[in-house]
Amino acid sequence: MNKNYNFAFLDEGSKREIRRTILKAVAIPGYQVPFGSRELPIGRGWGTGGIQITLSLIGQEDVLKVIDQGSDESVNAVNIKKFVQSCTDVRTTSDTHKATLIQTRHRIPEIPLTNDQILVFQVPIPEPLRIVEPREEVTKKMHAESDYAPIWLQLYESIIKYKKVTISSEYPCMVENRYIMNPSPIPKFDNDKLNDSECLYLFGAGREKKIYAIPPHTKVVSLAFDDIPFEKEDFKGKCCRLCGSSDTYLDEIIDSATGEKYYQCSDTSYCEEVRKNGVR
Amino acid sequence: MVLDEKPVLKVNNLVVRYGKGCPDCQQNLEKNRCKICGTVWACNDVSLEVYPGEILGIVGESGSGKSTLMKSLYFDFPTTSGSAYLSEYQNGESDIWQASAGQQRMIRNTIMGMVYQNPVMGLRMDYSSASNIAEKIIAAGARNAGQMTSRAEELLSAVEILTSRMQEAPKNFSGGMQQRVQISKALANNPSILLLDEVTTGLDLSVQAKVLDLIRKIKAKYGISVLLVSHDLAVIRMLADRTIVMLDGKIIESGLTDQILEDPQEAYTQQLVHSLL
Repeated sequence: MNKNYNFAFLDEGSKREIRRTILKAVAIPGYQVPFGSRELPIGRGWGTGGIQITLSLIGQEDVLKVIDQGSDESVNAVNIKKFVQSCTDVRTTSDTHKATLIQTRHRIPEIPLTNDQILVFQVPIPEPLRIVEPREEVTKKMHAESDYAPIWLQLYESIIKYKKVTISSEYPCMVENRYIMNPSPIPKFDNDKLNDSECLYLFGAGREKKIYAIPPHTKVVSLAFDDIPFEKEDFKGKCCRLCGSSDTYLDEIIDSATGEKYYQCSDTSYCEEVRKNGVR
Repeated sequence: MVLDEKPVLKVNNLVVRYGKGCPDCQQNLEKNRCKICGTVWACNDVSLEVYPGEILGIVGESGSGKSTLMKSLYFDFPTTSGSAYLSEYQNGESDIWQASAGQQRMIRNTIMGMVYQNPVMGLRMDYSSASNIAEKIIAAGARNAGQMTSRAEELLSAVEILTSRMQEAPKNFSGGMQQRVQISKALANNPSILLLDEVTTGLDLSVQAKVLDLIRKIKAKYGISVLLVSHDLAVIRMLADRTIVMLDGKIIESGLTDQILEDPQEAYTQQLVHSLL
């Protein structure tokens, strides 16, 4: 462990302030709580919000897993893992079952998480209304007054133009019938996992200086019109070329030499487990 | 129109002021601007009533406070003082300007419809025409996409826009068509009062005639009350049952339209009528 820095890099005061922000976020599910985002040895937009939450919560007994688009081995995931390990000496794992703290970018693991696990999301744009309203002071007012017509209009416009809602990630959802929330750029395939979950979900946006949360057993509903239900990605007739799973979120891979199209589990850890144990 | 009916809209002593004002403002106004403190009195003690099924015209020169009155009614501008009552809002017993932001939004979206002089203010130019109409319906709380589309088709047909163009954005439409989309948007939730702010300004004569004819048809079909602002006396003569004349933020004359146009009492109104005739 690098002894030149405090445990988990941030000073205790900063960690305490971030934990207080997290408590407020947990108390008001879906509400974006502003916080004093700290400087880190990593550029804004590269997961600094998620890292600050991870660093504030991590203890010596924790087991850390970091995934990026479902993969434990991507550059972003490996470097974040190395960084946290260098200033905490905590154990790391790629096994979802063993992890107590999971930091993720753009995916929720396929294995259902339990009530002793926390999933920390890296969020680039926390504001779900940003696409319809560029002014922060206006979006704050819109949340306060539950004035969500513009985001519904966005969905309707998609239906009018394309006969279906074409948003594939960052699909907005309603938390506890109160706040519309951006679930970070997870595919809408993962949206259902947010509802009534066992684990705590924390969302950190370092550049935008916001933290929000979905505590266990919170009602999270993806926005949908009465006559056009929410639809997630359909992988009918496709399966992972490695483990054969057909009920997971699949990445499409095109062989540049042959032009052939393959599908493969986006969650590499899950795919490996299925191959090892044959369990689905 | 029966004047002993309960008014659809009643405005009492509306004041919209730009500036802090001073104790001597009212005695030192040069047009509607205080010579001492520079405060502009855009609307100065304006009171009016609109009755069911009536078209009330408001006429006056540029800067007389017509549009400020309309935008205050539609909550676009904050008011300085005064009160306004809508018969459909809490049975006409509560001042709409004292309502909460959420209530005001509900009033805007369900009880009132607004057509701005400039379509850019009333339409989302990049969204389809259907979505522009659906915006009002969504804001009123509806969540059935099929019903919204049917309503958009119905309203676009009513304003003579081909339903095959409902996917097109208003930015691709002519000025007259944009005004007609605005009118259909304003009618989306069957409002009890329609606010029309210089709807024919900038349109060529043939299109103006079409839009005016459309307003007349809408009034006949839906029995809706209309507050019509125009600086064009021909428009007022054609549509308005009663007319109010505004000058420098104040109402200087009001009465039946024929009476105002045939026998104007105030010097300014006489000048206005004679400049037309």
